[in-house]
Amino acid sequence: MSAARPHEGARTAAHHGEGAPVKQPMSTTCELLVIGAGPAGLAAATRAAGLGLDTVLIDEQPAPGGQIYRAVSSTPVQDRAILGADYWHGLSLLEPFSKSGARHIAGAMVWAVNRQDDGFEVAYSITAAGQEPQAGLLHCRHVIVATGAQERPFPIPGWTLPGVITAGAAQILLKTSAVVPTGTTVLAGGGPLLYLLAWQYLNAGVEIHAILETTPPGQWRQALPHAWGFLRSPYLGKGLKLLRAVKDKVPVIGGVDALEAIANAQGQLAQLRYVVDGETRTIAVDQLLLHQGVVPNTNLSRAIGADHAWSERQDCWEPVVDAWGATSVPQVTMAGDGAGIAGAVAAEHRGRIAAVHAAASLGRLDVAERDREAAPHRALLARAIRGREFFEALYRAPQNFRRPVGDTIVCRCEEATAEQVRQAARMGCQGPNQMKAFLRCGMGPCQGRFCGLTVTELIADEQQRHPRDVGYYRIRFPIKPVTLGEIATLPQTQASRDAVVRFRK
Amino acid sequence: MFRRLDAPAGQVAARTVRITVDGAAVDCREGDSVAAALFAAGMPACRDTAVSGVARGPFCMMGVCYDCLVGIDGRPNQQACMTRVRDGMAVTAQRGAREVVV
Repeated sequence: MSAARPHEGARTAAHHGEGAPVKQPMSTTCELLVIGAGPAGLAAATRAAGLGLDTVLIDEQPAPGGQIYRAVSSTPVQDRAILGADYWHGLSLLEPFSKSGARHIAGAMVWAVNRQDDGFEVAYSITAAGQEPQAGLLHCRHVIVATGAQERPFPIPGWTLPGVITAGAAQILLKTSAVVPTGTTVLAGGGPLLYLLAWQYLNAGVEIHAILETTPPGQWRQALPHAWGFLRSPYLGKGLKLLRAVKDKVPVIGGVDALEAIANAQGQLAQLRYVVDGETRTIAVDQLLLHQGVVPNTNLSRAIGADHAWSERQDCWEPVVDAWGATSVPQVTMAGDGAGIAGAVAAEHRGRIAAVHAAASLGRLDVAERDREAAPHRALLARAIRGREFFEALYRAPQNFRRPVGDTIVCRCEEATAEQVRQAARMGCQGPNQMKAFLRCGMGPCQGRFCGLTVTELIADEQQRHPRDVGYYRIRFPIKPVTLGEIATLPQTQASRDAVVRFRK
Repeated sequence: MFRRLDAPAGQVAARTVRITVDGAAVDCREGDSVAAALFAAGMPACRDTAVSGVARGPFCMMGVCYDCLVGIDGRPNQQACMTRVRDGMAVTAQRGAREVVV
């Protein structure tokens, strides 16, 4: 690893040597670019460098770890019993990476990946403290996309109110800044992360008023056929212990059918209304933390042109990948939750498998060597994903919380409601792309990340079609908002100058 | 509301960084994102939306939702959750849509 701080990373990448001004245009070349420094990206970059590939790892955050190991090298929560051993496992990925020889560009937002001749041209931006954002270019021959997961949209009435945040966001506040809720805090939804956060809060002495469980009470029956794998899962004992610890201390209200966050006069969260057993209850709350699972973050893989398919088990889109993580785009490989949710431990092994594949596809390993190198990772991956189907079936997000009705906001950016989307679908709107023309949904700064799945499902619901046939937004670069000023800082090429000069008299 | 966990006895506390939010001084912990600092200071809302003008605040804390957009040192549309606090940083709540600055 040759850089830890953003501007140093930029300078190293710019090949201008020590002491060169940061404002110089940035450009670098490598054989393999790994995008995303979570467990998959860290493991992939480390393994690839070990196989002799000239590797760069690029990531948005100031330090590696991704969201799961966010701030693992800097967290103020130093009592290890609070965040737990699974979090601190992240440290074991950092040292091998720093010794691997892979370069690290931190604090860099990738906004375009374009195919070019024998590889890719990648555009990214870095904003150093107190400076204008600076865009850079990177040329590579193979890309491993390890962009991870994001929270599944949880569109209930009032989910946009200040005071309502995702459980993942609350956990990031804890990890990065030791900031925790005070007053009346309710966790609502379902899935392992909800209980992990509750457990961490209890460890930290944070009071939780209640957990409202939206998983239908009978859902364990759907999970039962997968119980064999679950019973042999290495995580079974740990998971049950955690669940028991939480249920001992926090009231868990099961079978919640509806949730509504209600604002006070200042437009901030004040009350929570929920329905259980046909009875509506309203309580005063200070915080509502929502979670109903995570889904792959697909904007980059879509913009790059990889095929995606609808996952029946997880009710979301996944890139289509083979056992190596290879996508439909040559020399683009995916690893970790971005290639389909399987968890942090699996992500590591998937990262290493992708690295071995990248080395083979760049001619460093023949097929026999590739298979031999990957074999131990495959064995560990098989162990890590044992029991996943059980969890997926048990915590499947219920349809009524994925397919909202009425005034509930679907597109947070453009404030399009469920009924507006449904009405447009009833009028014959052909799909999510035409929905943009009707309602602008998906056209705000988040670029559909928090409405895309819901829009697909609502159109499917109204038109009695399968989500796979409804499709998704067409995602194009830049995949994050950039300013013209940023683009203007890109290094100029002869081709880019010619493109402008051509039109001069 | 949010609060900071007490630092365990014997642990060196992080340096305090002072920023302003709409002119008011806010002390934060070095390494905080602007969004974390806002939560810790009891400010879960940081903007009014461009469409209907209602209050919004950070939601995902990981750079995905763009609900935490604020002005930072005069630059609009900055993601509070992706920006770290710095001494003297001036943060302003964003009211409604931005204007194009030429």
